[in-house]
This record gives sequence, structure tokens and C-alpha cells, in this order.
Amino acid sequence: MAEMTKLPLKGIRVTSLGVVWGGPYVGMQLADWGAEVIRVESTKHFQPLTRGMEFRPSLESFKNRAGLSVHLKQNHDPDTAHNTYNNFNCHSNNKLSMTVDLTKPKGMEIFRKLIKVSDVFVENNAPRVKEKLGITWNDLRDVNPKLIMVSLSSFGDSGPYKNYRCLGAQVEGFCGHNYITGYPDEELDTVSASYISDMAAGVNGALAVVMALHQRLKTGAGQYINLSQAEAFIPYLAQVVMDFTMNGRVTERIGNRSYHGAVQGCYRCRDVQGKQSCGNEVKDTWVTITIANDQEWQGFCRAIGNPEWTRDDRFQDSLSRLRNHDLLDKHIEEWTIGNDAYDLMYILQQHGVAAGPVMDEQDVYSDVHLRARGFFHELSHRFTGTHLYPGPAFQMPKACSKPSSPPVCLGEHNEYVYKELLGISNEEYAELEKEGHIGTDYALEEVKS
Amino acid sequence: MMNRTGVLSGVKVLDLTWHIAGPFCTKILADYGADVIKVERPDGGDPARSLGPFHKDEPHLEKSGLFLFLNTNKQGITLNLKTKLGNEIICELAKDADIVVESFRPGVMSRLGLQYETLEKSNPRLVMTSISNFGQSGPYRDFKASELILFGMGNTMYSNGLPDREPLKRGAGTPALFFAGNLAALATMLAFYGSEIHGRGQFVDFSIFEAQIGGSLERRASLLSYQYNGDITNRSDPRKRAIYPSGIYRCSDGYWDCSAIGGIWPTVGKMMEMPEIIDDPRWSNAGAQAQPGHREEFMAFFIPWCLERTKQECVVKGQKAGALCMPINDMKEVTCDPHLNERGYWIEIDHPIAGRLKYPGAQIKADEMSCAGRKSAPLLSQDNEAVYCERLGYTKRDLVRLRELQVI
Repeated sequence: MAEMTKLPLKGIRVTSLGVVWGGPYVGMQLADWGAEVIRVESTKHFQPLTRGMEFRPSLESFKNRAGLSVHLKQNHDPDTAHNTYNNFNCHSNNKLSMTVDLTKPKGMEIFRKLIKVSDVFVENNAPRVKEKLGITWNDLRDVNPKLIMVSLSSFGDSGPYKNYRCLGAQVEGFCGHNYITGYPDEELDTVSASYISDMAAGVNGALAVVMALHQRLKTGAGQYINLSQAEAFIPYLAQVVMDFTMNGRVTERIGNRSYHGAVQGCYRCRDVQGKQSCGNEVKDTWVTITIANDQEWQGFCRAIGNPEWTRDDRFQDSLSRLRNHDLLDKHIEEWTIGNDAYDLMYILQQHGVAAGPVMDEQDVYSDVHLRARGFFHELSHRFTGTHLYPGPAFQMPKACSKPSSPPVCLGEHNEYVYKELLGISNEEYAELEKEGHIGTDYALEEVKS
Repeated sequence: MMNRTGVLSGVKVLDLTWHIAGPFCTKILADYGADVIKVERPDGGDPARSLGPFHKDEPHLEKSGLFLFLNTNKQGITLNLKTKLGNEIICELAKDADIVVESFRPGVMSRLGLQYETLEKSNPRLVMTSISNFGQSGPYRDFKASELILFGMGNTMYSNGLPDREPLKRGAGTPALFFAGNLAALATMLAFYGSEIHGRGQFVDFSIFEAQIGGSLERRASLLSYQYNGDITNRSDPRKRAIYPSGIYRCSDGYWDCSAIGGIWPTVGKMMEMPEIIDDPRWSNAGAQAQPGHREEFMAFFIPWCLERTKQECVVKGQKAGALCMPINDMKEVTCDPHLNERGYWIEIDHPIAGRLKYPGAQIKADEMSCAGRKSAPLLSQDNEAVYCERLGYTKRDLVRLRELQVI
């Protein structure tokens, strides 16, 4: 057994006022790698898209939302729905939650006490919210001179769009991502929403925290970092950006085709019967294949048994294959359509050709590779039961990060945070409970969203 | 005050990566000031040098816009790792490094005698990040992959696209690979900070496939939806969403994206200057919006409203009312956008062969952190003399010999 090392962020405390996805993503990364991440929540304020799409959702509203399936449907209970929201629980393993009402002076006093004992404060609220509450860098820097504060917003804290509000989908529209996504022969309004820019903001928010921690080792001082989601994301489109800045070319969408001259596509495979699939009896399955050069083309031809059509002049070199891509796709799909996507992956990979099934959720959970690498972790959660959760985005075998706790429930760690961290007496705790700062459920009459 | 050296100044990185994900990881470290030595093979260098787009569409090893973007602020040397001498040199550089990042096929580093267990013995604080398609273990370890395949296996491709058509990847370039490189930079810095604090380095086994799953909240959320309810997320037509407006709509001069999801329906009434729709029971809550016919009734006046306005007019009205909206821009509009320009996002760097080019700037725009515009990507073997002579103590005569022996 190799010697284990400590998780990199062991001993770092993070206070998070993260909403929706960008801010919480930062907390997820920091918590996965050892930080104590405390979510600051409120029993009186329901932030849409954070612990649910709407407050106390009805069973009917779950049923009506194909594609936005969210909370646990079985044993549906509007009172605890906020602890069963998949879009929240997907990032909240290993985190802690406390509640406090920041709109009250007493609440702000408690928050400032927490900031005093924190290394990092992460938030992604609208600028006006921050100012109204008094949680801007200028409000907090003197509370704790070693504090590292990271604020994420769609467009950063300067410039004409600084107050613009967006979700990832709109940021990506602005950045040019949606313009180059989609079927070339369909209208742009068929492009579905994408939220990769939330991840870009989150990854860079976490990176900013770690770099600031590194800097603090030398300077002893904290700092403020304001991050624009758009600016974090645009580099992901580098080829398309550079083609414009170098050549003045506006790239159009190419569907599943390769920017770099490989022939590739997503091809239909055999339908599968009887899979659970939102009521569908038959499930469609697909394989993706990329053929980047002559060697791989030869491998591909061998893999499919060298049929007559592969000797057609139109497919004999890379340029010809690109010119006759549509025809090639037809031939490839004639071969894939009767087959199982996984079988095709194994056959093609054996012949040195890149291929893989398009995996739905069931495929991911039964994938032999992910299972062999110990990617999933079983966790029991008070309101959702026992389930398999995906592991962190990368592995450090010597530090072995596996989730130590299931998705955090509202106010689950109030006792620890108030009493142990902030030294609040039992009497005062009871008082704060009465005043509505402390709780594990939303205060029904008072909730604002 | 602008700190020209960057937050990672003094951090020594040995960069054995190629193509896109790995070089993006080390580019990020270099943009924040790390001292990155990129090692390329003598014959043609990093294969990304042969990938487009090329400046003025002239294919040339020094004119790939992709390569130029991915390798700013690095030093570049050439070295044939398969020669005995080349192997000795690389071991010497690794001994002296804080961080090694590599993206060879799994097993190659071991064959070269550069596995983490060996390097760690002489450098216990070393951080090594190995970036590969499927990770260093498991049944798919040696499989080939591409942007399309990794997105299709790992991320939400199955549910992206129209129901009666094939699933779709996103973007025209390689956003999934860039995302992976970005996450690998985070992984590397986490491990590095851990080694500063705890005195012991880490090996990071970075699988792009796993990063697509574990690093994506879209995917994590849909996986939980399956765990909690048995739901598989299918492709759905964005024009038929149960909650609206939500998605992309046509305007007089293009398209915009507008969304009222998350309980902000009243912003739509404000935006359209139609206060009467705010409390209309057909739309005022999500359950009612999903009832048959209600969408069509809304679209009957919403679609013409959009078509009568330019996308900028729509966005200005929408943002003023608090709706979530932005235009759908093409790359010309992105690079000319006044907001990004006012913030000084774009940077220009001179390159001896490709000339002065405009690049996206640092992702984290904090004066104390970044020094992204220091220098352009290295020409092939540009820094051989600086590294071999000044750092490792070889003479210029030795360089001639190394060249003749096809080591560099």
C-alpha cells in the first residue's frame, strides 16, 4: 500500500454564496480537494435555479418538464424538495451548509464573523445584490486582510455590460459558441442550450483561488479577483477566434464534422428494446467514428471487412474522402445501423480507429472502464436515499479524493458553524433560531425569491 | 500596479505535451508567469503546428493560429527523447522542475524511464500531471479518441440535438479539449499548492473522458436525474420547451437568446411593455405554461415582437427589464464587441514569422496574476541555446554535436 498524502487544500476554509452553477462549481472543486466549504444560505430567501426551479414545486410541475426533470419524484414532498434537486445535488458533495438572514443587521454581524475565520470567499451574485447586502470587497477587505475573494459574473465588473444578467446559455450566444453549433441545414433556433461557459467560469474561479493561495504564502495578503464568464470561455473557441483575427473569416457551423480535416460523424446503430427511457419503449443508439489519416482509413476498411465500396476512387485519399463526405457517411451508416455501438467501438479500436458509443446516463453507469477506475461513489442521503455519484473530474492516486459526505441539506451544519466556529452560546443559538436565522426548512410565510 | 512577472513567476514547468489539451494546460500556467519549457520532437515539432487555421491560409510550421495561441509565453526546445542522450537530458530537466506535464499515450513515460515513481525519488515535491484520453488504467486505456468521441462518450451529446436526428457535438472547433486542458491546469495547481503546504508532490491522472463527466455539471445533473428517477435525458426540440421564452429566436438582423426560466416571467411583460401578460393565468406560472396551446398563444405575439427589432434592440430592452438575454454573435461580432474592447480583453503579440496577431487575453483578468502578453509562441528549437547552454551548461560546440547526432 503506497503512502497516502493529505488532500491539497486540507485546512483551507471557504465561505460560499454561490448561486445557480458558476459559483457552486468553484466550491465543488475546492471541496473535492480538501477545503472546508461552507455554503451560506437563508431560510427566507429562495434563489431560483439553486435549490430548485421554483419554491415548493408541485408534483404536476415535475411531470410537465421533460428535459428539466429535477427533484426526486418518488415520495414527492414539496416541503423537502429543496434537498432533492439534481441541479444542486450534482455539485454539493463534501460541502457544509449554514443559514443566516443577511438582510438583518444581526445576520450581517454573523456573516462578518464567518469571513473573519475564512481563507476564501466565493460568490456569483448580481452586483446590485452584493452592494445592497454590503458584501463587496470594499466591505470585507478590512474584516480579514488575508481574505481571498473571488466574484464571478457574466461580463466582469467593468464595461458596458457589467450589470447584464445571463445564464451560461446566453453568455455562449454572446461568445460565438451557439453560432458555430448545430446542424448546418437547420435554423439556429434548433440549437439547444449549453452551459459549458458556467464550467469555464467555475474552473477559472477555482484556479484563481489556488493561485491566490500560492501568492498569499509569499505576501501574507489576500486579494480580490473578479472574473468574467465570457472572458474565461472565449479561449475554448481558439481556432475560430484565430481564423477571424488572422484571416477575417467567419466560421459557420459544421455539425459533427471535424475542424481539422478528419472524416468523422455520429452514426445510427441498432435500436435497443425495453430500456427505461422516459416512457420510450425503444431507445436509439449511436456511435461516433473519427478517421484522421490514410492509416486509420485502412484500419477502418479492414474492420468492416473490405467491402467493394471502400475501393471506390472517391475514398482513396484524405482529400477525396472529405470531398465525398456525405456519400461516405451513407456507406458507414449502412454498416453501423444493424450493430451494437459498443461492439463497433471494440472492433474499430482493435483496428486502430477512434470510435466510441454516444453514452446516455445508463451507459455511463454501466461503463466497464469507469467502473474499473472506481469513478462512482455510493452515498446515502437523508432525502434521496442511496445512489451512485460521479467522482471528481480528475484523480490524484496518492491523495485519493472520494466524496466524504452526500449532497448537503439546507442548514445541515448550523450547529457546527455557529457553535464551534463562531463560538456562539446555546442561549444565543436558540435566540437566532427564533429570529429565523437558523433553520433547516424554508420559513413558509416569509420566503422571497 | 501591473505585476509583469505574473503570480506563478519562479515556478518551473517541464512541458512534454502536444496537440491541444496538454498545451492549453501549460499555456495557462505560462500566461500567469510560470517558467515553462516546451519540449518538441526535432522533426516537425508539436503536431499542432500542422493544424489550422493558418495565417493567410499558408500552411507553415510557424503560422498555425492554433499552435500560436496554445503556446504563448513558453520557451521551446527540441529533443529526441528516444536517444540515450536525449533521455539523460530530459531526466536532468525533470529533476530541476516543480511540475512536469505530459500527454503521451499511457505507458510511453514508463518506457522512457520517466514514470512518476522514478522522478519522485530524486524530487519528492514534484507534481506530475499526465493527460490522456481515458486515463492511465482501465480497459479503454489505449483507445484512440477525438473531440467528437470524447464529448459523445463523456458529456451530454446524447441529449443534444433534435429528437428525429443524430446527436450533436457542440462548437466547430474543440471546446471539449480546451475545457479538459483548463481543468488540467486547475488539477496541476491544486497538486502544486498541496506540495508547497504538505511538502509532498502528487501524480495527477487526468482522463479527458472522466473530465467530461465529473467536470460537467450538465452531465452530473443528468446522471443524478437517472439515479433519482430512472430518467434518461433524450433530445428535445428547443422550440417546444415547456417553459418559455427560453432559447434562440429570430430578430430582424439575426438571432438572440432570451430566457425567462427560474420564475422571472414578469420580466417578459416589462420587456415587451405588455404589463397585462404578467398576471395572465396562461403563463404566470410554469405549470400553466406547459398546458396545451399556451405556448402557441404566446409565440403568436412574441415572434413578431422579435422580428420587428434588431438583436441589439431586443437585448437592450430585455436587460433593462431583467430578462436573461444576449445576441447570438458570429466571430466578427465577438472580436469587435465594445464591451470586450473596453475591458482590454484582446492582446496583440508580435511573432517573427506570422507577424503581429490578436489573441484572446487571460481568462482571469487580474493585474496581479496575469502577464499573458509577454511573448509569442516559440519558433521550433528557438530556445535550445538558452536552455542547453545557459541552464544545463553545454557549450555551443556541444549543440552542434547534439544536432549532428539528431538529439536536438
